[in-house]
Amino acid sequence: MKVGIVVFPGSNCDHDAYYAFKTLLGQEAVFLWHKDHDLKGCDAIILPGGFSYGDYLRCGAIARFSPIMNEVIPFANDGGTVIGICNGFQVLVEAGLLPGVLLRNSSLRFVCRYIRVRVENNSTRFTNRCAEGEILRVPVAHGDGNYLTDPATLRRLEEKNQILFRYCDTSGKLTEESNPNGSLANIAGIMNEAGNVMGMMPHPERASDPLLGHTDGRKILESMINSFLEPAYEPVLSTHQSGR
Amino acid sequence: MYLAKVHITLRKSILDPQGKAVEHAVSTLGVSGVQDVRIGKYVEFRIDRPSEKEVRSAAEEVCRKLLANPVMEDFSLEVVKG
Repeated sequence: MKVGIVVFPGSNCDHDAYYAFKTLLGQEAVFLWHKDHDLKGCDAIILPGGFSYGDYLRCGAIARFSPIMNEVIPFANDGGTVIGICNGFQVLVEAGLLPGVLLRNSSLRFVCRYIRVRVENNSTRFTNRCAEGEILRVPVAHGDGNYLTDPATLRRLEEKNQILFRYCDTSGKLTEESNPNGSLANIAGIMNEAGNVMGMMPHPERASDPLLGHTDGRKILESMINSFLEPAYEPVLSTHQSGR
Repeated sequence: MYLAKVHITLRKSILDPQGKAVEHAVSTLGVSGVQDVRIGKYVEFRIDRPSEKEVRSAAEEVCRKLLANPVMEDFSLEVVKG
């Protein structure tokens, strides 16, 4: 799979995503500069975490008007795989590719720690390597991750199984204490109705390297790779560890 | 030339935690009776069009599509000469 990682001014998880896909998972990966007008034939596009345009105006609001987004939006509308992580999720909602908004954390604090999410739907191109109800331990690092949408949209998200991850405690319960930002219905990640665009606040790419002690996040990246490959993708972890 | 003045606030139905924090600070300050603090943004820009009607329509587009996110924010627009 060829992965394109968009680099906005202020992106700071672009290299984390590159490292995870290229070095850890052995995929082809390229950076796509925000002024580019070409997706370079990529199979999947990553909008990485960071603080695009300094979070000016609203998080993701200016990035949405970057030239590269004129390519990403039609690519997404044609069914191309797009994943937005953290700031990338904010860009996707600002671009109208996903419903809702991400407000300031209800605590008003920037939250940077490991949290747990429960996999709500494992029949997607982003979660097919996870078990239904599986609990993943992944980090969050954001000040504006408080997901909100209107009741009708929430109902539709639930009916169509578009909620992929919800913040939970160690036993998988959706509690207020396990919700790091006040998100509606403990929502941590959603996809569009067509199932090709996904946004999530936690960082799977930062929980992919065994050296760092946590590898739950790579299941999400491997799911994406898996959805592109026939026969099913086999993890390449052991072969790539020796090559670093 | 016209001057567009835009006030952007969180929609009434959305809890404003910054506003709540400021409200709390006001009561600590000792000034009583202050309530419903809402934090917003003010944006102004100059814009040139042949008529005020065209100014208003262009400025509204800027507000609707960029300055405010209608899912969570309301805006009010004032247009003055100058």
